[in-house]
Amino acid sequence: MEMLLASAIGALSAAGIYLMLRLRSFPVIIGISLLSYAVNLFLFATGRLAVNAPPVLRDGVETYTDPLPQALVLTAIVISFGMTAVIVIMALGSYLSSRSDTVNITRDTPAEQEGDA
Amino acid sequence: MNHWIIAPVVLPAVMASIITLTVRFHPQLQRIFSLASCGALLAIALGLTAVAATGSIEVYELGNWPAPFGIVLVLDRLSALMVLITAALALVVLLYAIGSGWDQRGNNFHALFQFQLMGIFGAFLTGDAFNLFVFFEVLLIASYGLMIHGGGQRRLRAGVQYVIYNLLGSTLFLFALGTLYAVTGTLNMADLAERAAEIPVGESGLLRVGAVLLLLVFAIKAALLPLHFWLPETYAEAPAPVAALFAIMTKVGAYAILRMYTLVFGPEHDATADIIPPLILFAALVTLAVGMIGILGARRLGRLAAFAAIASMGTLLIAISGFRPETTAAAIYYMIHSTFAGALLFLVVDLVRSQRGEARGAMTPAPRMPQHGIIAALFFASAIASAGMPPLSGFIGKLLIMDAVRDMPEVWLIWSVILVTSLIGILGFAQAGSAIFWKTTTPEPVPEDADAAPVAATPTPALPLVASFTMLAGIIALSVFAGPVTHYTEATADQIHTPSGYINAVLGQR
Repeated sequence: MEMLLASAIGALSAAGIYLMLRLRSFPVIIGISLLSYAVNLFLFATGRLAVNAPPVLRDGVETYTDPLPQALVLTAIVISFGMTAVIVIMALGSYLSSRSDTVNITRDTPAEQEGDA
Repeated sequence: MNHWIIAPVVLPAVMASIITLTVRFHPQLQRIFSLASCGALLAIALGLTAVAATGSIEVYELGNWPAPFGIVLVLDRLSALMVLITAALALVVLLYAIGSGWDQRGNNFHALFQFQLMGIFGAFLTGDAFNLFVFFEVLLIASYGLMIHGGGQRRLRAGVQYVIYNLLGSTLFLFALGTLYAVTGTLNMADLAERAAEIPVGESGLLRVGAVLLLLVFAIKAALLPLHFWLPETYAEAPAPVAALFAIMTKVGAYAILRMYTLVFGPEHDATADIIPPLILFAALVTLAVGMIGILGARRLGRLAAFAAIASMGTLLIAISGFRPETTAAAIYYMIHSTFAGALLFLVVDLVRSQRGEARGAMTPAPRMPQHGIIAALFFASAIASAGMPPLSGFIGKLLIMDAVRDMPEVWLIWSVILVTSLIGILGFAQAGSAIFWKTTTPEPVPEDADAAPVAATPTPALPLVASFTMLAGIIALSVFAGPVTHYTEATADQIHTPSGYINAVLGQR
């Protein structure tokens, strides 16, 4: 159980970091999603792994699992979901306006009218 | 329980909802609501600071759940001061945004502005590490919207970089919090401090990992080298009022470092005391050097202001890395100064850009601006403040820092880096100022047919200038009243260096 979870977190993080280093918006977004899955599993495991144990108080139950990490994971999932939506829209807007999906800003990107680069 | 503590979080949240839901298509009403909110926030912040200045630590238990089970907001001298700086900055920046018309160049500027304030105030007030993460996300998601306000190809691409970088930072934050929770079983900062102190040094491996991971997260926010890559492009490309507001965002990182590494992993904890301060000190020295060299090397005003922001964070974190009352007091004074000086620089840069026609912020000869003298004077003043020359508060701040680090073993290294980089910074500002304000060209005579004539740069309306001069007046006031302010910062430093007061206030006397 511990081995399985630990290797899953490791594999997800490794794949996520590899994809992020590709520096093209689509792989980067997938990489961020994989990393956020990894961190969700990691948070879930921080309350120790207990099988078949309830998180809320109940009569006649001796062993409980820690409910707090589950609440934290829920918050983290909601936030990462919203953030993924934002980055998808921004990457799309950036691609449509510049016709390039590289994350790097190259020298030939024109300076903005309002701003200055 | 003092309910006013939650007001800086609730008021902007309510105002942002009103602005998006009911007055969405009424720009003037949006402006009025936004201004009213910022004015009220400044009044509340003044009140909270007056409460905190008595030295009491006020705790607000959300939902009346006792700590450490519920989330608490904590008002002490440091958080009250940060709230006050933010409220003052927000009001001036909002005036500038309205006066210069920046708020009308896209949708939802005012709503995002209020959400951004909500996140910043929450981050300063919260006493719970996971809640700190949540407020970081609130301020970040609003800043993503503000950053690309007005749109444009290059700004969007800089925005994508900024979001990706910060998403990575958020993931790292969660890993750090998970590690700390696995070791201590709590995320309430006061409770964390107690439990972390109980862990014997020999078994503190995971705790140290958590502490350093957390430092990385805050270093990203504070733009500490080598994690500063997001800053120059973001700040140079962001709309000017937004970049000015972002002057407080890097301070959120500095505040979090100051809070966590005095309260939870304080200098008296053997487990982390030997790794955290040296890490911050040497990274901060390099940050300062790179920032000042960046000022000298910048070819456009936007990047110059961005590197000035990096340099000021370097100076600030050098002082923070001392982790003793006298260095912390100097750091807090410099934090107030660098927030206003950084914001003023971005506003002045925008004034220059808006009047220089085609040349914009490039350091190339261009025709004289319509309000050449007044803008040159503003740039001169903000350069003096940012470079740390007398008589403005940048000089006093640096003097306080150099005086405070006298007892540290690295004093000669710190002094030489601060002094040499100040010289480089002064050179950089002088070069930029002379290129922009002295080397003007005579405009070509306007041809007869009016259609072909280039559009003449229009003089800036009064309100942006008023906002800029208000910011400058704040810096001058900070220099003139350096004595009283220093008394407050010294009391603040004493308060945060006796964590028992904070812990007792949150967890109750035991």
